[in-house]
Amino acid sequence: MDINATLIGQSIAMVVFVWFTMKFVWPPLNNAIEERQKKIADGLAASERAEKDLEKAHEQVAAELNKAKAEAAEIIEQARKRANKIVDDETQRGHEEREKIIASGHAEIVAERNRAREELRKQVAILAVAGAEKIIQREVDAAKQSDIVDKLVAEL
Amino acid sequence: MAANGNITVQGYINHHLSDMTVGEGFWAINLGALGWSIILGSLFVISFAMVGRKATTGVPGKFQCFVEMIVEFVSGSVRETFHVKDRLIAPVALTIFMWIFLMNLMKLVPVDWFPTLAGMVGLLVNSSALPEYAQGYSYLEQVMAHPWSYLKIAPTTDLNITMGLALGVFVLIIGYSIRYKGVGGFAKELSLTPFNHWALIPFNLVLELVTLVAKPVSLGLRLFGNLYAGEVIFILIAMVGLAQLPLHFAWAVFHIMVILLQAFIFMMLTIVYLSMAAEDH
Repeated sequence: MDINATLIGQSIAMVVFVWFTMKFVWPPLNNAIEERQKKIADGLAASERAEKDLEKAHEQVAAELNKAKAEAAEIIEQARKRANKIVDDETQRGHEEREKIIASGHAEIVAERNRAREELRKQVAILAVAGAEKIIQREVDAAKQSDIVDKLVAEL
Repeated sequence: MAANGNITVQGYINHHLSDMTVGEGFWAINLGALGWSIILGSLFVISFAMVGRKATTGVPGKFQCFVEMIVEFVSGSVRETFHVKDRLIAPVALTIFMWIFLMNLMKLVPVDWFPTLAGMVGLLVNSSALPEYAQGYSYLEQVMAHPWSYLKIAPTTDLNITMGLALGVFVLIIGYSIRYKGVGGFAKELSLTPFNHWALIPFNLVLELVTLVAKPVSLGLRLFGNLYAGEVIFILIAMVGLAQLPLHFAWAVFHIMVILLQAFIFMMLTIVYLSMAAEDH
């Protein structure tokens, strides 16, 4: 096998093919690959970011929930306190009212009793005077003896 | 094909190792080798360029995937070895790899298929080209005697083809040396290494020139030697009758490795040589 012009032909063919590859084959393929790599990298980064955002949102939700719970507990506590206070106040007022009613009742009873006694005393005095009059009519003048009757009435 | 009748064993082997040529002496051209080389190179650039034109950055098709895999592989090899930013090196590596791979791949086609087919077509189309001595031969022998049957389809088993590729690489080595080091730098490298003394310039020159020339020569001869030896064994296997079927299969399976490996080695060494040319050391 001799070395001949085939060698030159092959070299020329090589130059042509290399030029063609450099011009039309390599750039589009390489660009496509690099662009896709970039796309994938971007996608991965975006998904990572989304994951982080989700985590943050979860944390936020938990915090909000806790805050709301605390607030609700506080409100309930306040309401309970207020209810207790109202109940206490009302009880107090009721007590006072009762005391007042009882006191006024007592006072009325006492006044009534005094009046009745006064009445009774007058009736008794009159009765006594009438009795005495009847007794004394025979022997004494009522007018002369009225001071004694008065003294009697006061002693009753 | 079994060797019988008017075809001797030696003739059969010679037939398969020679190519059809046009021209005389040095200006002869091996039509089979160069033709198939150009066909396969065109197959590579056209199919890859078509994929490149339709390349999508979204989900790629299967063939695009395959092409991109090769591109990625070559691109990775280049990036690992060649550290200077350069527009030419990766396309060179891709072309060399795919082209040599396809040329090597043709060896897996059984050695008799294309020569026999070409001879048959030759007898049909141009029967006057049949040499006179073959007039009384049987049909198959006439087919094999027809000049068209001297068709070599595995270009890398031709020394011209591998050395042609190596010559291209050699030109690139010199070009890269001059581009990255300047003419003076290149000359200095040739004359003042490894011994940096003026009296030793001739000695250095001899040493460095041998080193420089050895690169393409070893590239071309390595590829040629591996593939030629494999081809000879394929031809020998083709002569043992029916037993060639399992033998051919076994040798072809083994050869798949050689085909890929030699293409890869040629590409890798090209990258290494060019990076050596481009970098100061």
